[in-house]
Amino acid sequence: MKRKRERRPFNKTRLKNQILNVVKNPFNMIVAISLVILFCLIVIPLLQMIASTFTLARAEAKRYGGEVGDFTLYYWRYILVSKLSGATLWGPLKNSLVVGFFTVIVSVPLGSVLGWLMVRSDIPGKKLLGMLVVIPYMIPSWCKALAWLAVFRNKTSGSLGFLAGLGIPIPDWLAYGPVAIVLCMSLHYYAFSYIHVSSALRSINSELEEMGEICGANKVQILKSITLPLVLPSILSAVVMTLSKAIGTYGVAANLGSRIGYFTLATKMKTFINGSPQAVGYAMSLVLISLAALIIFSNQRIIGVRKSYATIGGKGGRSNEMHLGKAKIPLMVFLVFFLFFAMVAPMFVLVMETFQVTTGNGYGLSNLTLYNWIGTLDEAQTYTSMEGIFRNKEFGKAVWNTIRLTFIGSIITAFCGQFLGYISTRGRGKWYGSATEQLVFVPYLMSGVAFSSMYVAMFSQPRLGGLIPSLYGTFTLIVLTSVVKHFPFASRSGTANMMQIAVELEEAADINGANFWQRMGKIVLPLAKNGFISGFMLTFISIAKELDLIIIMMDKHTQTMSYLAFTYSQEGYNQMADAISVCVLLFILVCYIIANRFGADIGKAW
Amino acid sequence: MSRIELKHIDKYYGDNHVLRDINLVIEDGDFMTLLGPSGCGKTTTLRVVSGLEKPQNGVMTIDGEEMINADLAYYAEPSKRGLNLVFQSYALWPHMTVRENISFGLKIQKLPKEEIEKRLKDSLRMMRIEEYIDRYPNELSGGQQQRVAIARAVASNPKLLLLDEPLSNLDARLRIDMRSELQRIHRELGTTIIYVTHDQVEALTMSTKIALFKAGELSQVDAPMDLYMNPIDLEAADFIGNPRINFLEGAARYENGKLMVKCELSDYAFDKADMTDEPIPNGEFPVVVAIRPEQVQITETQEPGSLPVKVYANQPAGSETLVSLQAGKSDFLSKQIGLAQYDIDQTVYVHIDPSKINIYDAKSTRLIKRAH
Repeated sequence: MKRKRERRPFNKTRLKNQILNVVKNPFNMIVAISLVILFCLIVIPLLQMIASTFTLARAEAKRYGGEVGDFTLYYWRYILVSKLSGATLWGPLKNSLVVGFFTVIVSVPLGSVLGWLMVRSDIPGKKLLGMLVVIPYMIPSWCKALAWLAVFRNKTSGSLGFLAGLGIPIPDWLAYGPVAIVLCMSLHYYAFSYIHVSSALRSINSELEEMGEICGANKVQILKSITLPLVLPSILSAVVMTLSKAIGTYGVAANLGSRIGYFTLATKMKTFINGSPQAVGYAMSLVLISLAALIIFSNQRIIGVRKSYATIGGKGGRSNEMHLGKAKIPLMVFLVFFLFFAMVAPMFVLVMETFQVTTGNGYGLSNLTLYNWIGTLDEAQTYTSMEGIFRNKEFGKAVWNTIRLTFIGSIITAFCGQFLGYISTRGRGKWYGSATEQLVFVPYLMSGVAFSSMYVAMFSQPRLGGLIPSLYGTFTLIVLTSVVKHFPFASRSGTANMMQIAVELEEAADINGANFWQRMGKIVLPLAKNGFISGFMLTFISIAKELDLIIIMMDKHTQTMSYLAFTYSQEGYNQMADAISVCVLLFILVCYIIANRFGADIGKAW
Repeated sequence: MSRIELKHIDKYYGDNHVLRDINLVIEDGDFMTLLGPSGCGKTTTLRVVSGLEKPQNGVMTIDGEEMINADLAYYAEPSKRGLNLVFQSYALWPHMTVRENISFGLKIQKLPKEEIEKRLKDSLRMMRIEEYIDRYPNELSGGQQQRVAIARAVASNPKLLLLDEPLSNLDARLRIDMRSELQRIHRELGTTIIYVTHDQVEALTMSTKIALFKAGELSQVDAPMDLYMNPIDLEAADFIGNPRINFLEGAARYENGKLMVKCELSDYAFDKADMTDEPIPNGEFPVVVAIRPEQVQITETQEPGSLPVKVYANQPAGSETLVSLQAGKSDFLSKQIGLAQYDIDQTVYVHIDPSKINIYDAKSTRLIKRAH
């Protein structure tokens, strides 16, 4: 009875109908356009960057002979086998890996234990603690670096920090460099492990643990042989995410490493891209991208199969809590200490520093001033040579740029995200669905600096015969970069949102005679509204605190608050830098509170 | 009111051949049920008819008008086929009230306001849910949502009404209510209905015809009672009927125009007139004797034509009693109306009307002797 699908002879009407079937359906057109745009925004820039590492640029052509545009291995030789390769690639690469490794060692156990305590133990005050524990994640990592400096700064960078001001000698190895970087990043990225592990723990049916208890296992045995293996896949993915993020992070490493000449791949790369030869920077960026891709794909290979049981549904979420007994008090103390040192103390020092005349000089009345906020130039002699930030035109411009960038960027991103989500849910199992999903995933592999370096390579000169003008140094390029970099996250939230809209709802409208646009306008959009708003707010926060991604493209005209704080800190205007980061923090906090109103979950804001 | 004809429909999902050469005629006014276990292709067939799926091969006509011609890659749009569909999940738009849900399609057709209002009221009255007109779907119970979904479908005056397992999300009592409701709608509207279900009781009680699916193929199309009396193969026999039909192993031989059958219960001889057109093997061949439990009559005393068997278990359930019996090595079940009490291991006597027995060729699994 099995009939093979036979090839039909050519038939004109058939061909005409086939073409009509495709063309008359707006959905097909939209899919086609989206795929073309994704290809232009993701695949072509990547190829372009790869190509530019093999193409002779003007500076090198002049210096070493040869025509501009010739094929060359010069740049790859430069980083891989030249005399300078140790200082350009291998040294920074080693530093990146060391920093990444130790960040994982510190942050993953920390986050996992916190996750377990919050979900499975009977620790008191869980609701409040659970909220406080994710707050450090909302603080941009570069703000943490500034806070670290506010506490540990020593004579090496001119002005003293809080501890040095108390007369405690702070050695350089503690104030700057790998130790500082690792600790700062750990206090940021533990949130990955916390969010991963706690959601995995929540999804595990407590009956599995109760069965262990019935079989006679004690608490430690249950933890070790039932709970831990079940959340292991989530811990492993947290390891991978932390590692790939830590290797690519720029802001922390630059603030805490550069001033003593400690470079990671990300910070070294930027000096090349902003200087010369740029193609060396691009080559390093490719190394960074391959490294991240390698880590993420190997993770998928290793736990891809086993991951499935990380989300065992079970009969409802009623899970019993483990009694901590005598361990309760020490654990509480640990938590309070953690929150104090990770959040309260550094933030306090950071905020206080904005009111200080001289940093590290105590909080006596004579050393307190509002100058950093509202000071005028004629008061400036005793202070720095700048006005307080609220009188500073640069700051005003930066605030405007930040608001402009976050609003425009997140609106476009959120729209595209819903759209891409729509295409990948409705195309599930079809080629265009998986093509969209995979294309959208690519920016995820790249750290912020690597991604923006790719865009700089692409748009620093006119493309397509002038159809795309040179966007270098324009606000448009910054928006475009922010939008595309946030595609993976936005389309994931779009996908989740669209999954909730059953296909039948659209099919029912189809049968009732509604065409594609009517279905979109009357059914899909009204139903997607809430998910859209929460997706928008989360993208908004993420763009607002972004520094790494856009740092390469910033200049005096386009700079945002994050970038201004970063430059001030580099130039030694510490109190000003702190004041700006306090503003950024307030901005993010307000956004988060609003987002929370719309039911957004900070745990989804990667 | 329409006549639907499906010719040589093939549907693939990738390499997965989900509909295999489906040929089916649904006459005007039929209540046609597509019946089969899950994953057998019945819902896909319904979606092909509705236009939500495009088959790779075949032709479909409604009232002689071509709706699908796969050879020409021609597929009429769902809304141009004059049909409507009730989804298993109801697919009520959660952001619209009952009124908006029902009038949505009518507004898109740009019907005049009075006409929309009239159809809205009519369909609500028909489904007896007038009082819920301004509620949102999530303010209604499952059964009420179901009624809204049907009201929405009938409001467009479809020539053909498609129902995809509409009762599967209702509890047992509501299901019985809705069964009679659907029968009434069919009568009142005179619409042709195609109804998908895996529940044989729904199929047997409501339809005028049943199409039985098996692994993407149509195995039998018949009136409900014909399907029940003479399932075309062993699988169909096993699927239809609750409690399940009894299968007893036996051997048969075709001699002198008679089918001689031996099994542990008894020996039978059947006339040629009762036999199907299936080919009969030469010599003795294995058969399966199939007897409906309600055809097994139990008496406590021996009567002419009755056979002694042993009671294995007894399950009284009020309105009926199921008795498990043993004859030699064969187990079989008897269904008695009302309460009956037998002791375990008691010997009783059964009487079976040979004309009610089905005989299947054990090898080809096809029906060779019909019951009547």
